[in-house]
Amino acid sequence: MTDAEAEIERIEVTLLLEAIFQRYGYDFRDYARASVERRLAQFLQDSETPTYSVALGRLLREPAYFHKLVPYFSVSVTSLFREPFFYEGLRTCVVPLLRTWPHFKVWHAGCATGEEVYSLAILLREEGILDRGLLYATDISQPALETGRAGVYPLEILRKGSENYHKAGGRGSLSDHYHARGDAGVMDSALARRMTFARHNLAMDRSFGEMQLILCRNVLIYFNQDLQNAVLELFLESLDNGGFLCLGDKETLAFSSVADAFVAVDDRARIYKKRVR
Amino acid sequence: MIVPRMPTPRLTDAVVIGGSAGASVPLRTLLTGLTPAFPAAILVVMHMHPDDGGLLAENLGQVLRLPVVEALDKMPVKRGRVHLAPADYHLLAERDGKLALSVDERVWWSRPSIDVTFQSAAAVWGRRLMAILLSGANEDGAAGLAEVQRRGGLALCQDPATATMPTMPAAGIKAAGLRGGESPEALSRRLMHLESEKPDAR
Repeated sequence: MTDAEAEIERIEVTLLLEAIFQRYGYDFRDYARASVERRLAQFLQDSETPTYSVALGRLLREPAYFHKLVPYFSVSVTSLFREPFFYEGLRTCVVPLLRTWPHFKVWHAGCATGEEVYSLAILLREEGILDRGLLYATDISQPALETGRAGVYPLEILRKGSENYHKAGGRGSLSDHYHARGDAGVMDSALARRMTFARHNLAMDRSFGEMQLILCRNVLIYFNQDLQNAVLELFLESLDNGGFLCLGDKETLAFSSVADAFVAVDDRARIYKKRVR
Repeated sequence: MIVPRMPTPRLTDAVVIGGSAGASVPLRTLLTGLTPAFPAAILVVMHMHPDDGGLLAENLGQVLRLPVVEALDKMPVKRGRVHLAPADYHLLAERDGKLALSVDERVWWSRPSIDVTFQSAAAVWGRRLMAILLSGANEDGAAGLAEVQRRGGLALCQDPATATMPTMPAAGIKAAGLRGGESPEALSRRLMHLESEKPDAR
């Protein structure tokens, strides 16, 4: 492959993302490019499309073809009490401050199918402060939100979740918080009562109100630096002074435009606190 | 016999190294001789358990003269530094000189996957990339190595005869259409040679 061919391919991908945006309003232009290229390559292979240029023509003219592509952009990995040490960090660094507020609001951005929202709700319940909190859970994917709203998970997921629950310092048993129905578990409706699931596109939509805690874990890794900065500015604006921002295990504010607006309170769990200005 | 045209001198901006079972010893052989003056960035992907909390970075950091970091999302790629793929994340290179991570599905049952890193590095560095595939028991990395080759980079494999687990380098040799592999010592000499290469005038 020559340099010119590589450059042509790069331009084709840029045009394709621009076409998707102009035609359908989905903005993937500032998604992390290397992952986008992997997903597009996979889609081309699965849909037996020979080249990006052919894909471009079909995307513009065939909405059904585009809708086959969308799921390739919303792959997400989540589980109950994913990365148990994070929940220990929450208990140690965040809960004591949440206690001092009569009411608090939490925004879980990019909540996928909701497992981590339920995990947080369980933790807050065990700490005796769930009733003071409102949990807003948002995602770009409507089907994922439906799953979260329903709060029904296969027993296999709950079994793995139970291991993590104990590693995360759970005080009782995960089964205190769901009841079995066939080969699935239904999360306790008392948890769901404190939650609102809503569609929100971090790449396009605006602030969500004054929050005391924002969680956005392993979502920003799919954005390029510009979009990451824009979303982090949005979080900064949506956070109360002294509010907390939680990122994924390998995400950091260090390389971002808001590094100075936060102080790290737990380096390993990636929990940051908004400086009082 | 066709006499090959003398290749233009190759400047290497990045070296990617992948391995799995049996790769930690050859990896050390490759890297121990290098100094912080090494003119290229090094990206390393080793298969490991999802719960490995940065042990490999710690161990390598203790024995190497090169600085070693576990990659974080958007970390700038630096010459003369080893960037390790963290457990349970894919490591990708971006054209803006930064690293990106992903939790996309496993490739060859592996996250990090060697294919993912090699393929993204090939797109970023093209002919200015050197890729080395070491010992391992599955075929992750072979498609990545072929992609490095396709984009004009230098694709190399450990000689399967010197590997504890020959499957991975053998698959790499086949996929990239190489004549064969090289011993860890020979691969190490290639890297040492890069240090004496004229640095790029950027």
